[in-house]
Amino acid sequence: MRGIVKRFPGVLANDDVDLEVTSGEVHCLLGENGAGKTTLMNVLYGLYSRDRGEICVDGSPVEFKGPSDAIRHGIGMVHQHFMLVPVFSVVDNIVLGSEPTRGGFIDRDRARREILALSREYNLPVDLEAQVRDISVGMQQRAEILKLLYRGARIMILDEPTAVLTPKEVDELFKIICALKSSGCTIVFITHKLREVMEFSDRVSVLRRGRRVATLETANTDAAELVKMMVGREVVAHVEKSDRVPGRVVARVDEVTAKNQRQLPALRGLSFQVSEGEIVGIAGVEGNGQNELAEILTGHRKPTSGKVTLQGRDMTGRSPKEFLRAGVAYIPADRLRDGLIAEFALFENTTLGYQDSLPFAKGVRLDQGEERLFCEQIVKEFEIKATSTSVPSGLLSGGNQQKLIIGRELRRDPRLLVAVQPTRGLDVGAIEYVHSQLIRAREEGKAVILISLELNEILSLSDRILVMYEGRIAGEFTSAEASREELGLCMAGGRASQ
Amino acid sequence: MKTQSSFQHRQGIELVVAVLEEPIARSLLALFLALAVVFLVMPVLGANPLGAYSSLFAGAFGSKQAIGETSLAMTPLLISSLGFALAYKCGLFNIGLEGQIQVGAVAAAFVGYSIHGLPSAVHLPLALAASLAAGAIWGLGPAILKARFGIHEVISTIMMNYIAFKLSAYMVSVQGPMKDRLDLMPASPVIESSAKLARIMGGTRLTWGIAIALVAAFLVWFLLSKTRLGYKLRVVGQNHFAAEVGGIRASHYYVIAMMLSAGLGGLAGGVETLGVHYRLLASFSPGYGFDAIAVSLLGGLHPLYIIVSSFIFGALRSGAILMQAKEGMSKDIVQVISTVIIFVMSMADPLGRLIKRRIGLKTNA
Amino acid sequence: MLEHLVNLSIISSSLRIATPILLASLAGTISERSGVINIGIEGVMLLSAFAAAFGSFFLGAWPGVLVGVMVGGALGLVHAFMSITVRSDQVVNATAVNILAIGLPNIIISRVWKGYYSSTPIVPVVRNLRLELLDRLPVVGKVFGDLNPIVYVAFLLVPAMHVLLFKTRVGLRIRAVGELPIAADTLGVNVPKLRYLSVIASGMLAGLGGAYLSICYQSQFSMGMTEGRGFIGLAAMIFGRWTPVGAMAASILFGLADAFQANAQSAGLPIPAEIMLTLPYVLTLLALIKVAGKRVLGPAAAGQPYVKN
Repeated sequence: MRGIVKRFPGVLANDDVDLEVTSGEVHCLLGENGAGKTTLMNVLYGLYSRDRGEICVDGSPVEFKGPSDAIRHGIGMVHQHFMLVPVFSVVDNIVLGSEPTRGGFIDRDRARREILALSREYNLPVDLEAQVRDISVGMQQRAEILKLLYRGARIMILDEPTAVLTPKEVDELFKIICALKSSGCTIVFITHKLREVMEFSDRVSVLRRGRRVATLETANTDAAELVKMMVGREVVAHVEKSDRVPGRVVARVDEVTAKNQRQLPALRGLSFQVSEGEIVGIAGVEGNGQNELAEILTGHRKPTSGKVTLQGRDMTGRSPKEFLRAGVAYIPADRLRDGLIAEFALFENTTLGYQDSLPFAKGVRLDQGEERLFCEQIVKEFEIKATSTSVPSGLLSGGNQQKLIIGRELRRDPRLLVAVQPTRGLDVGAIEYVHSQLIRAREEGKAVILISLELNEILSLSDRILVMYEGRIAGEFTSAEASREELGLCMAGGRASQ
Repeated sequence: MKTQSSFQHRQGIELVVAVLEEPIARSLLALFLALAVVFLVMPVLGANPLGAYSSLFAGAFGSKQAIGETSLAMTPLLISSLGFALAYKCGLFNIGLEGQIQVGAVAAAFVGYSIHGLPSAVHLPLALAASLAAGAIWGLGPAILKARFGIHEVISTIMMNYIAFKLSAYMVSVQGPMKDRLDLMPASPVIESSAKLARIMGGTRLTWGIAIALVAAFLVWFLLSKTRLGYKLRVVGQNHFAAEVGGIRASHYYVIAMMLSAGLGGLAGGVETLGVHYRLLASFSPGYGFDAIAVSLLGGLHPLYIIVSSFIFGALRSGAILMQAKEGMSKDIVQVISTVIIFVMSMADPLGRLIKRRIGLKTNA
Repeated sequence: MLEHLVNLSIISSSLRIATPILLASLAGTISERSGVINIGIEGVMLLSAFAAAFGSFFLGAWPGVLVGVMVGGALGLVHAFMSITVRSDQVVNATAVNILAIGLPNIIISRVWKGYYSSTPIVPVVRNLRLELLDRLPVVGKVFGDLNPIVYVAFLLVPAMHVLLFKTRVGLRIRAVGELPIAADTLGVNVPKLRYLSVIASGMLAGLGGAYLSICYQSQFSMGMTEGRGFIGLAAMIFGRWTPVGAMAASILFGLADAFQANAQSAGLPIPAEIMLTLPYVLTLLALIKVAGKRVLGPAAAGQPYVKN
């Protein structure tokens, strides 16, 4: 790929990027969130059109009008969020778009035979007839890889493939990658995790803010150098945290069970507590009940049994409004869907959750003057880059949006702060800011529950770490005794030696 | 290298986008296009467009009586459009206004003719309140179906429409309980004069209903933009997920919005019955409930602008009567105008975004 | 009286009444399966009914049917353009079509036929099919002996659509596009094209339903003759879980209720006619409640425009 330029409204995602991938190698695209890695690969795969530049495959220039062109040239891509239709079976998902036919109808028998053959050859066990929504994340990923193999892909692009895997599954994935490599495939994988780059790639290209910084042989470099290239400056590895003795218990969860959206058990007898001035990190692979836990703690889900207590008050099954009143602040995972109203002005967003309290509520009226004042205070205190309080919140950058939400929630002076994936999709500067705010909340004596899929984040911020597995607490560690290996073991279901 | 013509080309496109985005300009464009389309189509239908439009204008504004008729037609349109806009702001598509208007009329007529001996100051508000309540109750069913079961309100409100029409027809049918025994027409007895809405402008049929409508417009505007309830309704309408996180229970407010909206529909029916017909007729509404959609959209869903758009539609409706009489152009042409307006108004935002994307500007979507 | 209420002719009446509802629900099904909500089916049916009557008057019955189907397809194309390319609100667009259907036919009627306003004159109809062999059979003959060919077409479309949706490539892709369009896109499936095809097909089915009403079931077009069947068809679609076979079952159920109501009137049941006429609509509401209690959702991407980069 040479001189690739890709522009989105307001953002230059790829700024004259060159990339060269040699056949049979494992090439890593490294960069922080927003660096342009996924965009570049989407351009290669034909999903995005490029504004400028050219692409050559095996020496000849190509023009991809869409993914089907890329597929025909042997390029396949596994996206970060799986592209599997939940209600379809695995076999239907794999053959979609390239279905074998017999007499005008889909020949599912032939499809099954061919896929099973591939599955055996590359050691990718899948249950063909199961519906995708019922199978494990690991199996879903294998299905995605089979999708590529079924179409004869020789160049495979994997976008953040380890984001949803346990450490053990990550090792299995890389065994698969080695097998693919030895059968002649070329692998490009996108990641922001240095460890994976160092362990598994032959060469690495670092992207930063839409530009390619360098391409190196992995053997000739190390983590520190890569980080510097990725971020552009020295990164503080540790967060400054004072030693604190936790105060009184703020929230307690006792033997809570709950069902998820599909009426399947999500929490199976969960118990823990969190006190003033401590950060409890909840680690775990996605889908082990963390979302449901956050919902229980904020009133968005009723437990089927068990108790939720807030400062001694029984809050089991109460409404979100009552949890807000009781002093629980919530930073939701999906900030655009759950945290903000994109079309509303900033000042109308900061009122969310406060609409029935003083100083905003004056009888039936809502005092707009107070709304604007409050918003201005938040914008100033949290250094949000916005031209005025009347701009729609959807126009802010991701980092500024998150700052707005955090500002709004912290100003509640809550007793308990529940933060879910608070740094997802943010660049390093914003991540640092969010972390400092969480620490500040801790310093001010609030109880913080941090639910995150980023182990590093959990490790650096938490005083105590709980690992969730299949709806239960599989292990509890203090920050001193926690190690990646033990946490990883717990996350995968192994019992930690306590 | 940009040439002169491509620069002007781009300027032209930017102008179009600006018009599409600016609320008032967009409405004027919709109205203009609708009238233009009909103008061009009329010769095909055998009518003289200039003659038709001039009699339309004359019928709407040509005399004091004409203006009275226009304002009279405007009244139920304004009230029901407010109802549609309010529901829409909360994310609900209340297409059941037609039925809600009908049941409002039933209730108003019933209270109007069955209670005797009350002073006007009591009887009239009572009848109006009854129409409002009847409409609200008629909207309650679909509201609960949406809130509790997630059933889309379009199908449920349309079913309620048909049920309302049939029930109301039954009421004034030969065996119906509300039929006037002394009259051959399928209608109820005439209401007591204590329940009648007084005329407000001598020489015309215009009643105090217009005042009620204008007050309603102001109240709805105040509710939506200045009150806590209005804020909550708007949040639910814009993003019900974020609403929940902010402690606003969406299902609760769907019901409130629907009942307020349907109540306004009922009120429209009540005002029409107590001010114009003075009795319940089997089906008296010439599609006010559906016009409300076009009127609302044309007014950009803003209660105060809807006053203007309902006036325009009132003019179209009353002018069309003269147009049909003089030029033979069927007054259903108003329906066609409605359709074009709805299309243009609904396309404006997305079209603007589409064009912007093509020329590379930043959008909010 | 009982034999007036329940007899074999009620079954054939049910099939006749169910046909437009079935066609409407098939129209809704294929459209929503591809991810486009189409509540304008009522308006399309009504306008197609008019077009079919118009065509039949000048060209004969079968050409009239063709005109109806073509007009339905054209309206489907308009809805597809607005919903897929322009991406404006699908419910609002459909409502505009429904409103147009209320006014436009009257305008054209009063122009074309002097003295007529809200209905056309009697037009040539598609005659019922008298199947000699079946007629002689005792039970089956009474039910199936004298049905309109379009009824057969409609019911044959059920297995046809079932096979299409669940056994062919096109069907799999249509369903994928309605569940998770981005997944289909990444595999090279042309999302807009499939949606266009589905919505146009949806329009044509609704057009057939409309043509049936004006030149098979009745022998003229009259204002508002669809009487909400387009919406009842959508309810049947939901009740039938967005499958053709389910749509058929639900439509027959609604048809049965309507036929029962008509029979009851002539049988002299002491319930007033207008109250009985509310039966189909009340039943629809009840059916929706029954379905919703089980938290059934349609195709996951229905109603959401697909935005491509």
